[in-house]
Amino acid sequence: MSSVNTAMVEKYRNNFLKEVSDNVEEGEWVRMCMQCGVCSGSCPLGPHWEHPPQELFMMIRANKREEVLSSTSMWMCTSCYNCMVRCPRELPITHIMHGLAHYAKRLGLAPKEQPTNKFSQMFWNNLVQTGRVNELKLGLALYFMNGFSEGIKMSMKMRPIGQGMFFTGRMAPMEILGGHGVKDQKGFHAMLKKAEELEAARVGAHV
Amino acid sequence: MAADKKIGAYICKGCGLGERLDCNQLEKIAKTEGKVALAKQHDFLCSQAGVEMIKADISEGVTHVMIGACSRRAKTEAFNFTGVAIARANLREGVIWVRPDTDDARETTQEMANDYIRMSCAEIKFMTQPETSGEQGLIKHILVVGGGITGMTSALEAAKAGYNVSIVEKQAQLGGAAGQLFKRIPVRAPYQHPADTGIAELATAIAASDKIKVYLNATVTRTSGAPGRFSADISQESGSTVTEQFGAIIQASGFKPYDMNQLTEFNPDNADVVDQLGLEALAKAANGAAIKRPSDGKAVQNVLFIQCAGQRSQKPGHLSYCSGHCCSTSIKQAMYFKQYNPDIQTTVLFTDLRTPGAGGENFYRSGQDQCVTFLKGIAESVTPGKTGPKVKFDNLLLNETVEQEFDLVVLATGMVPNSGPNPYLEQELALAKEKKETEKVVVLEQELVFEKSKASILNLDYRQGTDMPQLVHGFTDSHFICFPYETRRTGIYTAGPVRRPMDIGQAMDDATGAALKAIQAIENSALGRAAHPRSGDLSYPKFRKEGCTQCKRCTVECPFGAINEDEQRYPQFNEARCRRCGTCMGACPVRVISFDNYSVDSVGQAIKAVDIPDEFSEKPRILVLACENDAYPALDMAAMNRSEYSAFVRVIPVRCLGSVNTIWLTDALNSGYDGAVLLGCQKGDNYQCHFVKGSEMAHYRMSKIGDTLTQLNLETERVETHEVAITDIQRIPEIINNMAKTIEKIGMSPFKF
Repeated sequence: MSSVNTAMVEKYRNNFLKEVSDNVEEGEWVRMCMQCGVCSGSCPLGPHWEHPPQELFMMIRANKREEVLSSTSMWMCTSCYNCMVRCPRELPITHIMHGLAHYAKRLGLAPKEQPTNKFSQMFWNNLVQTGRVNELKLGLALYFMNGFSEGIKMSMKMRPIGQGMFFTGRMAPMEILGGHGVKDQKGFHAMLKKAEELEAARVGAHV
Repeated sequence: MAADKKIGAYICKGCGLGERLDCNQLEKIAKTEGKVALAKQHDFLCSQAGVEMIKADISEGVTHVMIGACSRRAKTEAFNFTGVAIARANLREGVIWVRPDTDDARETTQEMANDYIRMSCAEIKFMTQPETSGEQGLIKHILVVGGGITGMTSALEAAKAGYNVSIVEKQAQLGGAAGQLFKRIPVRAPYQHPADTGIAELATAIAASDKIKVYLNATVTRTSGAPGRFSADISQESGSTVTEQFGAIIQASGFKPYDMNQLTEFNPDNADVVDQLGLEALAKAANGAAIKRPSDGKAVQNVLFIQCAGQRSQKPGHLSYCSGHCCSTSIKQAMYFKQYNPDIQTTVLFTDLRTPGAGGENFYRSGQDQCVTFLKGIAESVTPGKTGPKVKFDNLLLNETVEQEFDLVVLATGMVPNSGPNPYLEQELALAKEKKETEKVVVLEQELVFEKSKASILNLDYRQGTDMPQLVHGFTDSHFICFPYETRRTGIYTAGPVRRPMDIGQAMDDATGAALKAIQAIENSALGRAAHPRSGDLSYPKFRKEGCTQCKRCTVECPFGAINEDEQRYPQFNEARCRRCGTCMGACPVRVISFDNYSVDSVGQAIKAVDIPDEFSEKPRILVLACENDAYPALDMAAMNRSEYSAFVRVIPVRCLGSVNTIWLTDALNSGYDGAVLLGCQKGDNYQCHFVKGSEMAHYRMSKIGDTLTQLNLETERVETHEVAITDIQRIPEIINNMAKTIEKIGMSPFKF
């Protein structure tokens, strides 16, 4: 548990709705949900969610903080925007789902093994190194995400595609050695640092 | 038949009538069989030239005009002649539009038209131009019973329109339930925050008005008379009684909150469990500061509102209906807390949140925006907890049962109308006993005990009871679909929550409507005109006293309590209270009641005027008596759609099915008709009958027609009664055609002479 998390628990005590309202991106909209359930009914992944959007909103109101923030549900959102287009109260539901996921991640409560969460972290780690996404490394990391033998199996399976890409000049194998990045890498890292500071200040502002 | 009657018959050849029908034959029938003084044809009767032709004849002495053209519902402006009686033979919608234009059909179509001319000529002989009785009064003074926000609003609205008003209020001050509120639900955009109740401003305006007189601590101890000439005794607590004359009455007696002590599962003895008015008192005491709970004076930090407490529930003793205002009221009350301190936790436990009205949804959103928590769930029980009332509830969306303690629990209980005793309960009980409906008898007997304990509000000296008739749950009856303000006591209008559950905004609208209706009643009755739905009608029931057997059916069956009884038990018709439906005329076994232009004779003669072909002609005759409010317009519309129906049918419009006297059917069957169909409106609790009980009375009377048929040795299938609506454009021709098929199956009546 992060210190921010403890501070938030302390600050909002039994009012998770207010916490979400104050800290989650677009979270103030959760108050406006009228529990009609159109979002849950519209979601193409609806049956696979543990808690569809309407239920998540109800849980927020019922102060189920841990359950909401550690839920895998909002990580399931594929940004199809069906719910958002249909919501009679015009709630930006897709954005709220990402906001909730982001907030959970920030507090260190996001489910570690959730594939979207895992991949997102992988993508981020890859990106911050040089300021550009190294597709070869990212692809390989993805193959080996579930262990070494799985990775080998996957690599063998994808071999013809890789060969095809190599021969048509779509894949540069030398990228494995580090790859190219943005011109001003120092400036890029300074920028990220500043952004992190700003965000910490934003969330911390309510602590 | 008076000697100075001169009947003119006019037959139109327009709209295809000239091509489809032999109008010379129609003219000949009017002259020879109808025995009219003059008969004319015109190519386009509703044109200026046609109308001028009729007018010229009227100025030369025609007193009765028979028009053979379109339906009586069409071209009413063209065929509007003052000072003469008018009958209309419906040749267009009634004949040519419902018959195919073929050579085969030509003969029967012509016979149909011939009969309609015969019928109208017979009818008009028994009609006179209606005149008022001369009993009218004009008192521009309105009695408002109840000084709550509804009564106050009606009084001010009526005073603004120039009418004097007397308000009678039982309490020592004006304001009623709204006066007990801290703030009210907003009625103006942006509908975001609780608004001032406005009671003080209303009271100031009333005090400043020289047209409004207020009687506090007072009740109405006697009301008599009729619209335009009511007389009421106003008794004050001091013992003095004033008698005043009024033109119309508005009853705005409001509501009582449902007794929360009946909700034992919610721990009503706990001081920290209050109803909505209880919370208003706490908020009023706090006056914008922290609201303190009653038990220990602790400032409330966590409050739960339980919606639908004892209402929208089928449990015995609960209210089965929704009171409409409680969701918005709870949102408003949650805002009382939020406006003092946004961190106070306010939770509304609802099953279906309903915030009616234009601003309702905005107000709900504003509540959400202010972080009022809305939980969908049902409260099971309230028990005393450690820090406050402990509530056990089911969260319906998360499907779990939760127990939580709150500082204060507010129960949204419903509205119970403050109406007087139901005047018809004993009658209903007697009917239920007669029909041996044991379950209903038990319920009604319990209700009767309760109703008898209620004090009368108007103390009417009407034959049919002291108070306004009720529909369900004690709310006063009015025609919800077509004319919601019009009650079952002409000139007396109920407004506000005594009529149906409503919030302040709706009650004020209702009050304004009632004030307008009261003014209309005063002005209409001064001219002898009827109120809705026969508005403007000058005819009224007259009766031949010599023939009356004092059987009291008319006084009992009048849906509007218009008929009193004198010392000798003869009926006393009150023209201004009457709505001209004719239910009394239909009820009278000795047929002494009639209207100038509508009577047992006028319809009876029309029925008898139809030419009945002999038994072997294969041309049966079917009589259709159609209610002029819904069934007849539906038939007209069916004709506009060119729906065909049997050529053997003869349709007669009636004011209400309740005005159908069984003698018409007996006569019709005796004179050789093969069948009869009665078309009226929907009856029962969801009635659409424009005269409330007319259709029901007719159905009741017709349920006994079987005996008559059996006596005549006829099949009971020959007479049918149907409930139809104005939208039954396809169904009504089907009903008629089915009757024609039935006659074909069971054969012709043997009574053809």
